[in-house]
Amino acid sequence: MIELKNVSKTFPTAEGELHALTDVSLTIGDGDVYGIVGMSGAGKSTLVRCVNLLERPTAGQVVIDGADLCAMGQKELIAQRRSISMIFQQFNLLMQRTCLKNICFPMEIAKVKKADAEKRAHELLDIVGLPDKADAYPAQLSGGQKQRVAIARALASDPKILLCDEATSALDPKTTRDILRLIKDINRRLGITVVVITHEMAVVEEICSHVAILDHGRVMETGTVEEVFSNPRTEAGRRLVYPDGVRISELPAANVVRIAFNGGSSYEPLIASLAIDCGVKVNILGADTRNVNGQAFGTMLLGLPEDPAEAAKAVAYIKNQPNVTMEEVRDYHG
Amino acid sequence: MAEWIISFFNITDPKLVKDISEQIPYLLNNLVFAAWETVYSTVLATLFACLIGLPLGVILIVGEKGGIRPLPSPLMKALNVVINLLRSVPFLILMVVVIPLSRTIVGTSIGTVASIVPLTIAAAPFVARLMEGSLREMDRGTIEAAQAMGCTPFQIIWKVLLPECLPALLTSLTTAFITILGYGAMSGAIGGGGLGNMALNRGYTRNMRIVLYVAVVALVILVQIFQSVGTHLATRMDKRLTGSKARKASAGDRGRQARKDRRMGPPGAM
Repeated sequence: MIELKNVSKTFPTAEGELHALTDVSLTIGDGDVYGIVGMSGAGKSTLVRCVNLLERPTAGQVVIDGADLCAMGQKELIAQRRSISMIFQQFNLLMQRTCLKNICFPMEIAKVKKADAEKRAHELLDIVGLPDKADAYPAQLSGGQKQRVAIARALASDPKILLCDEATSALDPKTTRDILRLIKDINRRLGITVVVITHEMAVVEEICSHVAILDHGRVMETGTVEEVFSNPRTEAGRRLVYPDGVRISELPAANVVRIAFNGGSSYEPLIASLAIDCGVKVNILGADTRNVNGQAFGTMLLGLPEDPAEAAKAVAYIKNQPNVTMEEVRDYHG
Repeated sequence: MAEWIISFFNITDPKLVKDISEQIPYLLNNLVFAAWETVYSTVLATLFACLIGLPLGVILIVGEKGGIRPLPSPLMKALNVVINLLRSVPFLILMVVVIPLSRTIVGTSIGTVASIVPLTIAAAPFVARLMEGSLREMDRGTIEAAQAMGCTPFQIIWKVLLPECLPALLTSLTTAFITILGYGAMSGAIGGGGLGNMALNRGYTRNMRIVLYVAVVALVILVQIFQSVGTHLATRMDKRLTGSKARKASAGDRGRQARKDRRMGPPGAM
């Protein structure tokens, strides 16, 4: 269990003191995936660095499994840090070492025998899905692969806690999903407590069980992801959950269908003719349509009218269109 | 040899004929040995300068405020002042000043071996600054990662800082070597041996112009050789994308990707 008790951190600057964190108290249970979200400059990175004392809090306590880190000497702290791993936005791999040697590094400093370390490193490469990259150098890997190596390295010391500092912010959306899935998987299989720092709500939604919202160095609200996302109680929370000021639950669509254009003529105005021919008005919730040489490719999400008769009429009309397929969307939340 | 040159180029100018027949035999007898003296005094001086300069460079980086293992700031200030002081003394003066020291250490103040002492003293603070510059390139994030893993400051220096900066350190070492080579040529002025001595005391003072030119050209060739070797080693050792092997690999990837792109049409077309 990680307990932050009234943690404050100030940095001396030319224009006086900068209060990066003010009176932050958090409790993170064992096995949780805990998200800490906030805008840039909210103090997220400082907060996560307080957990392993890369930043020493100006005031307050950092207690891990009952032991106060701030009261520890250098030796004890170094031992404690070996059970807290960290991954970073910029991966921070050793560029002059192969992937295998990178993963061996935490074991090397903990004086694990070389043969044992390499055996374990190969196992970890398997876990993160890069069994063939043992002898590659980080410069030869893509961003997602680098982060996988960083995760394998983080796991090498058998940590209790994994800190992720914007670990997916430098990755593209698909790679982000893959990496998050891997982190979630590791949390489930190995029971490691994960602390995720991010500015992206999508990341929290994807993997976190609990979330804390940080704003200007203060914790605004904490709770399970469901609680905070369904009903953010503070202004800062609302700003993050509904960045464009729209509450998804307020959208009128009762039944939603997804239609896919399979390359018919995009110059036949489907939605307009639906309105004219059947007198049914549908709500376009989202569309991703591309016009390639006059052929329409893509999908569109339509919110059908609430009246069942009108909805049926619209469905029948769309089904009769050539080159258009339709399916109902049951779990639509925006 | 001298006769052969004169007849081959069909040289008739009596002054030039005289110069060639006097100086070429001298060069044949002395050039290789002078070049050898220059190389070994430079190598030894560079070695000693690095033994002093590299630890100093590490201390300058590690001990500064916000470094891996901050040292008391008066100590750091004193170190900086001493380094700057030694660097600001002109080499010619320094050589004269350390004559008693050379006598104590190697028993004489004249000759190639004796010149290694002032060379080392002059080069060590320079090497310290060079190494400091190379180590400053180190990515802060990687250091932070090592700290988060529970590395001791010594482990960070030994296993992260120095290995990660090795290519940059090697480049600096090459610069140091060539600078020391230049200083070494100057030490000919107070009795140091080598190509510098040859150019200065024979070529310039006794007006043996062929000796002067050949000695200078030999120095130029030495610099070229050592710079090429140093650069080659530094690039080959670097495992970031600057290495030729990695560059080739990624160029291959790009080529494959480009061919694939042509087959598949531009990305994003559905």
